[in-house]
Amino acid sequence: MNLKRVRAIANKEYIQIIRDPRSLALGLLIPVILIVLFGYALSLDIKDVPLAIWDQDNTKASVDFILNFKNSEYFRIIGYYDNYRNLERLLNYGRTMMVLVLPKDFSRYLYSNQSVPVQLILDGSDSNTATIALGYAQSVVQQYNDKLFRKSSQTNLVNSQPISLDQRVWFNQDFESKNFIVPGLIAIIMMIIAALLTSLTVAREWERGTMEQLISTPVRSSELIIGKFLPYFAIGMIDLVISVILGRFVFFVPLRGSLIQLFIMSALFLTGALSLGIFISTVAKSQLMASQMAILTSFLPTFLLSGFTYEIFNMPQAVQAVTYLIPARYFIKILRGIYLKDIGMFELWPEATCLMVFSVLMSRLAIHKFKKKIL
Amino acid sequence: MNQQSQYSEAAVKVENLEKTFGAFTAVNRISFEVKKGEIFGFLGPNGAGKSTTIRMLCGLLTPTSGAGTVGGFNIMKDQELIKQHIGYMSQKFSLYDDLTVEENIEFYSGIYRLSKKEKEERMEEVIKQAGIEDFRKNLTRALSGGWKQRLALGCAILHKPNIIFLDEPTSGVDPITRANFWSIIKEMAGRGVTVFVTTHYMDEAENCDRMTLIYKGTIIAMGTPEEMKTDIMKDDILEVRVPGADEWIDKLESLPGVKDAALFSTTIHTVVENAKIGSASIEAAFKMAGVKDYSVNKIRPSLEDVFVSSIEKYDKEHPAK
Amino acid sequence: MAVIKTTNLTRKFGDLTAVDNLNIEIPEGEIFGLVGPDGAGKTTTMRLLTGILDPTAGEGWVYGRHIVKEAETLKDNIAYMSQRFGLYEDLTVIENINFYADIYCVPDSERAAKIEKLLGFSNLTPFKERLAGRLSGGMKQKLGLACALIHTPKVLFLDEPTNGVDPVSRRDFWRILHNLLKEKVTIFYSTSYLDEAERCKRVGLIHKGRLLRCDTPEEIKKETGTKSLEEAFVSIIGEYESAKSV
Repeated sequence: MNLKRVRAIANKEYIQIIRDPRSLALGLLIPVILIVLFGYALSLDIKDVPLAIWDQDNTKASVDFILNFKNSEYFRIIGYYDNYRNLERLLNYGRTMMVLVLPKDFSRYLYSNQSVPVQLILDGSDSNTATIALGYAQSVVQQYNDKLFRKSSQTNLVNSQPISLDQRVWFNQDFESKNFIVPGLIAIIMMIIAALLTSLTVAREWERGTMEQLISTPVRSSELIIGKFLPYFAIGMIDLVISVILGRFVFFVPLRGSLIQLFIMSALFLTGALSLGIFISTVAKSQLMASQMAILTSFLPTFLLSGFTYEIFNMPQAVQAVTYLIPARYFIKILRGIYLKDIGMFELWPEATCLMVFSVLMSRLAIHKFKKKIL
Repeated sequence: MNQQSQYSEAAVKVENLEKTFGAFTAVNRISFEVKKGEIFGFLGPNGAGKSTTIRMLCGLLTPTSGAGTVGGFNIMKDQELIKQHIGYMSQKFSLYDDLTVEENIEFYSGIYRLSKKEKEERMEEVIKQAGIEDFRKNLTRALSGGWKQRLALGCAILHKPNIIFLDEPTSGVDPITRANFWSIIKEMAGRGVTVFVTTHYMDEAENCDRMTLIYKGTIIAMGTPEEMKTDIMKDDILEVRVPGADEWIDKLESLPGVKDAALFSTTIHTVVENAKIGSASIEAAFKMAGVKDYSVNKIRPSLEDVFVSSIEKYDKEHPAK
Repeated sequence: MAVIKTTNLTRKFGDLTAVDNLNIEIPEGEIFGLVGPDGAGKTTTMRLLTGILDPTAGEGWVYGRHIVKEAETLKDNIAYMSQRFGLYEDLTVIENINFYADIYCVPDSERAAKIEKLLGFSNLTPFKERLAGRLSGGMKQKLGLACALIHTPKVLFLDEPTNGVDPVSRRDFWRILHNLLKEKVTIFYSTSYLDEAERCKRVGLIHKGRLLRCDTPEEIKKETGTKSLEEAFVSIIGEYESAKSV
C-alpha cells in the first residue's frame, strides 16, 4: 500500500466534496435537522390534556382534589362519568388521554391517615405526549400532597404522601424520552451519511467515465477504497461531534458514560457503515441504483429494525431474529448504555464484538469486491 | 431593382451580422450569401461562432445588429415565419428515445401541423428515404447512431422546407454511415433544397458546393473546395518519401522556406511557401546527407491543410492581446 | 521485439463476439492505427490490452507483461486515454495533472519540470486554474493526453482521441504524438476517421471483431486499387460482407 496514492485519492475526493455544496450541505445538515426535528418534537410543551374523571367518593375532599387539576392549565376536564365501560370507550376512541378514578373511600382514607390509592389511566400510544402528561399529573398530585402535609402541623396528619398515584399506561407500556432517542439518532445519522453520500462515490466515477481512466493506472483497489473512505469518515465524525454537542447543550441530554468510548464505538460503526456504502456503490455502477440500494439495504432496516423506532422485544419472533443482522441494533444498545447507564464496551462486550466483526468484514468485502476491471 | 427581389435570388443572405454577449463578440459583422439549392458548408473550430450564427439564421436568437433574410424572411423581425419554413437538425438529434420511429414522426408531424393525409404520405416518404422500413415499430433507443441520424433528418424535413440547417450532423458516426448520409443530403440538394451545414470534419466539407471558414467570429476564407485549395491556400504541400522518414522531420522543419513538417504514415508532408524553392532545398539536404532513395512531389492540399494554414495566418496577423 | 503482441485474442459478451481471434504484433516506436466502424471492437481491444478487461480466450503481452496474469505491473508502463473524457470535471487542470502524478508516484524532484513541459506543449499553461469541465473539446483531449504522459509511459493507448476535436487542436495533438514517437514511445491509436488513419505507420482494419487487413496505408491502398483509405475501407468491408453471404 502506497500512502501517497491514498492521500491523492482522499485529497481529490475532498476537493470534489467541497466543490459540490449540495453533498456537503447534506453531510453536515442532516444531523442538525434530525436532532432538532426529533428533539423538539419530544420537548414541546403540551396544554389542555383531555381528562375524564370518575369521582366515586364525591365529598368535599375529593372535589377539592379535583379542583387542582381543573385549575391547572395543562388539563381540560372533558366530563365526569360513573362507570368503567364509558371510560374505556373514551380511551379507545381517543376522546380522552387520561382518566382519573377517585375511590369511594377517598375522604375516609385521607382523614384516617392512610394512603389514598388514586387510579390514573393513560393512553400511551403517543408516548411522547403521554410522558409529559404523566409528569404534569404527578406534579399536580405532589403539590396537593405538599399542601396537605404543610397543614399537618395544625392537624394530626402524619403521612407525608397522603395520596398515592396508581398509574397505569395503556397500549404502550414503555416510554421513550429524548434521552433515549438522541443517542439512537447518532446511529441513524451515521447510517444516512454512509448510505446517501458514500454509496454514490464509486458509482459516480463509473457513470462519468473517470473510473475507466483510473483503473488503467497502477493504483491498487485498497488504496482507492481507503482514499475514498477517509473524507467521508471525517464527515461522519464531525457529524458525531455536532450530534453530541446539540444533544448536550440544546436538548440537555446527559452523557453519563465515557466520551472516549463513545467516539471509539462510533468510529467502529462508521467504518462498517461507510464500507457498506462503498460496497453498494461498487456493485451498483450507477448513482440511481446505488442510492436506491443504499436506502433499501442500510437506511430503512436501521430505521425500522434497530430498536430505534420500535422496541425489538415487541416485534414478532421472526422479525426479532432478523434484527440480529442489523449492525445498528448493537450500536444503539451501546450508545444508550454509554449515554444513560454509564456502561460501555466492557460491559456490553458481545455488542462491541458484533460491531467489530461488522466493520472488519464489511471493509474487507468492499476492498475485495472492487475489481479493476470493466466487467 | 427593389431589395425584395434581389434577396429572393438567395436562400440565405446576411450583411454585417453581429452578435455580442456582454463584452464578448461571438459573431463579428459577417456577410455571406447562400444560393438556392446549394450545399453550403459553415466550418470552424469549436467556439468560433458556428452555433451562434446558425441559431440567428433559424430565428432562435436575435442578432445584435446587421440585416439578413432566410427564405425571403427578415431575420430581425420574422423569426416565427422563418421557423415554419425551415428545417433544423441539431447535433443532439432531438428524438424521443422512448417513442417508436413512427411515433417520433407522428409527433413532429403534429408540431408542423400536417394534415392526416399529408402525414401519412410524408411518413412513408421519410421512412423510405432513411431506409428504416424494418424498424418502424422499434423504439428509437434501439436504433444505431446512423439510423437515428437519418430519422432525425427525416423528422426535420417532414414539412418539406426549402432550406435545411444541419448543425454538426455527423459527429460520432462511422465512415460508411457518413457516406450514406451525404448521399441523402446530395439528393435533397438535387431537388432544389438549400442545405446549410456546419462541421469541423474537413474531409466532409469536400461534399459542399461552397463553404466559408469562420474563426473567432470572423469569416477568414470563403469559396468552393477547389478555390479553397488553390486561391485561398497560398502555401504548397510537398509529399516527401525517404527511408527512415521519422528521423527526418526535425531536419526538414529547420530548412529555410519549410513552415511545417508532419509524419503521414511512412511519408512526410511539408508545408512550404513555394513548391519549387521548397523542394530544391529539401532535395539539397538529402543529397548532402548522401540519401539517394527519395522523392519530393507537390500534392494537392487537403481542406484540413487549408483550414489550419488559414487560421495560423489569421493568428499571425491578429496577435492576441 | 514486439511491444504489443496478441495470439488469438478473443472476447465474447454473451452471443456477441466483440473481438474475434485477434493476432497483432507491434514493434517499439510504431504508431499503429486501429480503424473500423462503430461497434467493430476497437474499444474492447483497447480494454483488453490495457488490462481492464479479461479476454475470453487467447493471450496478449504489452511491454513484456501478460495482459491477464501481470495486469497490474503492466499498468506501470502504459497510459490509456479512454474514449469518454476520463478526467474530473470538477477539478482544475493542474489538480487533475497533480492527481495523476500522485497516482503514478512521480517523484517530486521531477514533477515541476514535467508538468511545465506538458502544459507548455499542449498550450494549456494559461488555463492551469480552470475547471476541466469548462475546457473546450480540444483542450480536454490535450489535458487527457498531458495526464496520460505524466509518468513517461512506454506504450500509449488512445481510444478515438480526436472525436469532436477541431482541426487546429487535432494538429496540436498530432504534433505531441510525433514528439513521443521520437522518444520511442509505442502508440496504439483507434479512430473512425480514415483521413486521420493515413498518418499512422500501419493500420489494422477491424470489422465485427475481425481484423480484415493490417498493413501500411500505402500498401492497403495499392492492394485495393483505391486512392484513399476511406475508399479502401468501404471496398474491403463490402468484399467481406459479400463473401460471407455467399
